[in-house]
Amino acid sequence: MDLTELIDVAEAHRAKQKNIRIHCCTSTGCRAASALEVLKNLKTAVEDEALGENVEVVGVGCMGFCGRGPLVQIDPDDALYEEVKPEEAASIIGSLKGGTATALKGDVQHPFFARQVKIVRQHSGKVDPESIEDYIAAGGYRSLYKAIYELSPPEVVDEITRSGLRGRGGGGYPTGLKWATVAKMPGDQKYVICNGDEGDPGAFMDRSVLESDPHLVLEGMAIAGYAIGANHGFIYVRAEYPLAIQRLQKAIQQAKKYGLLGSQIFESPFDFKVDIRIGAGAFVCGEETALIQSIEGGRGNPRPRPPYPAQAGLWKCPTLINNVETFANISAIIREGADWYAGIGTEKSKGTKIFALTGKIRNNGLIEVPMGITLREIVEEMGGGVPDGEVKAVQTGGPSGGCIPASLLDTPVDYDSLVAIGSMMGSGGMVVMDQDTNMVEVAQFYMEFCRGETCGKCIPCRTGTVQLYALLTKLLKRQATQADLDKLEALCHMVQETSLCGLGMSAPNPILSTLRYFNQEYTELLQAPKYLNGKVAVE
Amino acid sequence: MSVKTLKIDGIDIAIEEGATVLDAARQAGVPIPTLCHLDGVGDIGACRLCLVEVGGSRRLLPACVTEVAEGMEVQTNTPKLQEYRRMTVELLFSEGNHVCAVCVANGHCELQDVAIQVGMDHSRFTYRFPDRGVDVSHEQFGIDHNRCILCTRCVRVCDEIEGAHVWDVAQRGAACYIVSGLNQPWGEVDACTSCGKCVDACPTGAIFRKGSTTGEKERDRAKLDFLVTAREKHEWTR
Amino acid sequence: MDKVRFATVWLAGCSGCHMSFLDMDEWLIELAQHVDVVYSPVGSDLKHYPENVDVCLVEGGIANEDNLELILQVRRQTKILISFGDCAVTANVPAMRNMLGGAEPVLKRAYLELGDVGPQLPHEPGIVPELLDRVLPVHEVVPVDIYMPGCPPPADRIRATLEPLLRGEMPLMEGREMIKFG
Repeated sequence: MDLTELIDVAEAHRAKQKNIRIHCCTSTGCRAASALEVLKNLKTAVEDEALGENVEVVGVGCMGFCGRGPLVQIDPDDALYEEVKPEEAASIIGSLKGGTATALKGDVQHPFFARQVKIVRQHSGKVDPESIEDYIAAGGYRSLYKAIYELSPPEVVDEITRSGLRGRGGGGYPTGLKWATVAKMPGDQKYVICNGDEGDPGAFMDRSVLESDPHLVLEGMAIAGYAIGANHGFIYVRAEYPLAIQRLQKAIQQAKKYGLLGSQIFESPFDFKVDIRIGAGAFVCGEETALIQSIEGGRGNPRPRPPYPAQAGLWKCPTLINNVETFANISAIIREGADWYAGIGTEKSKGTKIFALTGKIRNNGLIEVPMGITLREIVEEMGGGVPDGEVKAVQTGGPSGGCIPASLLDTPVDYDSLVAIGSMMGSGGMVVMDQDTNMVEVAQFYMEFCRGETCGKCIPCRTGTVQLYALLTKLLKRQATQADLDKLEALCHMVQETSLCGLGMSAPNPILSTLRYFNQEYTELLQAPKYLNGKVAVE
Repeated sequence: MSVKTLKIDGIDIAIEEGATVLDAARQAGVPIPTLCHLDGVGDIGACRLCLVEVGGSRRLLPACVTEVAEGMEVQTNTPKLQEYRRMTVELLFSEGNHVCAVCVANGHCELQDVAIQVGMDHSRFTYRFPDRGVDVSHEQFGIDHNRCILCTRCVRVCDEIEGAHVWDVAQRGAACYIVSGLNQPWGEVDACTSCGKCVDACPTGAIFRKGSTTGEKERDRAKLDFLVTAREKHEWTR
Repeated sequence: MDKVRFATVWLAGCSGCHMSFLDMDEWLIELAQHVDVVYSPVGSDLKHYPENVDVCLVEGGIANEDNLELILQVRRQTKILISFGDCAVTANVPAMRNMLGGAEPVLKRAYLELGDVGPQLPHEPGIVPELLDRVLPVHEVVPVDIYMPGCPPPADRIRATLEPLLRGEMPLMEGREMIKFG
């Protein structure tokens, strides 16, 4: 395949597309609410109404408003239907002929949609994730072509560096710097790894990207391979994402068929193949060194860094490991340029971030917002606030993050501001809590999660989490004294400072942040000590 | 090969490039407690006892896997490190069933020694009293998981030196245990050569030679009678 | 100077620590010149733990209602409480029953499964103290001032702990001689 052929495929496919496209979400969330039946009924209705000439029904990826699925959207007039029941499908098709749709009509002007800036999710809900032609027709793989034929590998790295993109897995490490490091490492064999082992409770951004637009991720990985000199990539997806795995497999096959992955991509000397590796249910495999061990076939245990994967990663070769969302940004940066990307977001956090907005909030779902937007804008404007109540706290960063009190809702969402207030960007979980939420229970919930997911290699994480959980339980049973609370805090700092990997280092964050902002909820649970100064009995 | 010079607790040290901070500390005569380290097998930095403070690094670094660098300034025994080490040992004691009094390793146990070294006179953490098993299916050896601290020295010595890889770690977190073969009783693992390296590598009494445990103590009551007879009747044979 | 009001108590332990105490041999005579033994299974016949005790050696963990009652009383009425030996410090051998997970399974194991003749559960309210679900180290029940590990602590260690106390100083519990378990 060369550029002309790519353009031909795009134009031929566009010519085939009907004037009116009915998009029906077929992602995991909407599937659970009978989206596949809705899709089938929509297709039948088009046939029944004999509209096949002008209308096509397309199963697409996620449209974002997951709390109101299944979602059906009509292109080009942009009408959106929410919570569509299978029996309402026919009426939606009927509305094209002047009938009245009985399905609930959504407000596409609502800030939930209007405030979004879609870069990663540019095609989500618009293209058929199982059709490479759909992706190519939407401009797909043009960036890969541009990278190979118009830019040298160092120029690609430079473009990513200047864009200001930072790792979307949570840490926020500058992506360009990571690419440059791997590119400059000596060695003939290098690898690209895409981390799709998303595991934070309540977070499903990466699943949505993989399910909705798998080619976008593959294209980003191929560009990375070209930039750093790697001919082999692995995409590590957790086994709990069967649809994502299935769509990725299909996407890789299709891309290979078109010569967009494999040998001599775009008839250039650049080879790049991608293999899928499936996780086995361990949260800790989201940690890069554990993930690498898992790909190598070993037990998914983290190891001390340095050496970093960039120096000695997969099979001890220099390895670039980025998150799904990070790779999904690459195509747009190469297409539109670093300056365009750097124009979005804040001084130190560029571009957009996807959040899974959940919890006690009116509008649940996935949103892609520019960095720098405030938590208040997300929660109150886009999320529509708490139904019949008030926001008490917002949890970001999952079990590694912290609880941000309502008084700090005006904090801008960027890497550094969130860290400064004791939380973190994380991979994109955002859980809204209302006034009825017990913050000590929240801390206990996350500690229970970490206690169950620690790999057990290092002592502070393996046993510290058990003891932290036990202390929180003692508190909640109203059996703890001030001495226990002091011990809780001291142990938090110890686990944070002495654990081997990020899981342990960040595991105490939910406790520390709730101790910081909701201290009263802890002290209210305390028992008066029976003994003062270890001596005097207080009866 | 080049040489690096560094300071450990103020002591100047010159050591070859590629050596670890732990090597350098030993050369300087500075004691750093360790449990998962075993000379001759690969280091994994898991027990966190050898964490040290290195000038210019925000994080505490494990001495066993941190390579020396020119001009490095290492502090091995600050009050913070002392406190964290003691907490680490207390956590170890709290998570297993370490009953020194009835342990085959009492008096020659590295966990016991480290507890003394870090000044642990009691554990501030609640004992968990887990229900862990004992496997005495092997002809010569036994493994008491209650005394295991999951240092994986047995795993590494079997894999790296004996080349048998009988041991590995199963499960995760608090449920972790050392597994033999394909989760078989040790005695049924064909790969085991009965070399006994794991017994020698074990820092505690978890892996032991049979016949040495308190529970296996055999009493020779007849000997008492024999001694009396021997003294009284001068009959020195049994 | 007034004599130190000195006590020792025996909770869930084997009495080995008290035997080791007696192993201090002739130093016991010197000790007797500095202390009044106000309560002790090996040094006094008093049945009730008295008020205003200065120093008390507590052997054993907290295994039953009686232990619990006594340790609370000891803490209330004692200035310096010493966890004396591994059973007091870690609950040690008595706590190996904790792995069975509660008083009920322990009694069943001991009196039913292992009962040779006429297996039955002991039940004499007010006479046989009820077992606690778990045997606990002393410091998990009341605050402890000094920890003296050892199974038993050697006589020298006991002496080295008590000597400074007689001078009104706190002993330094560190090093193999003072804090080795087992």
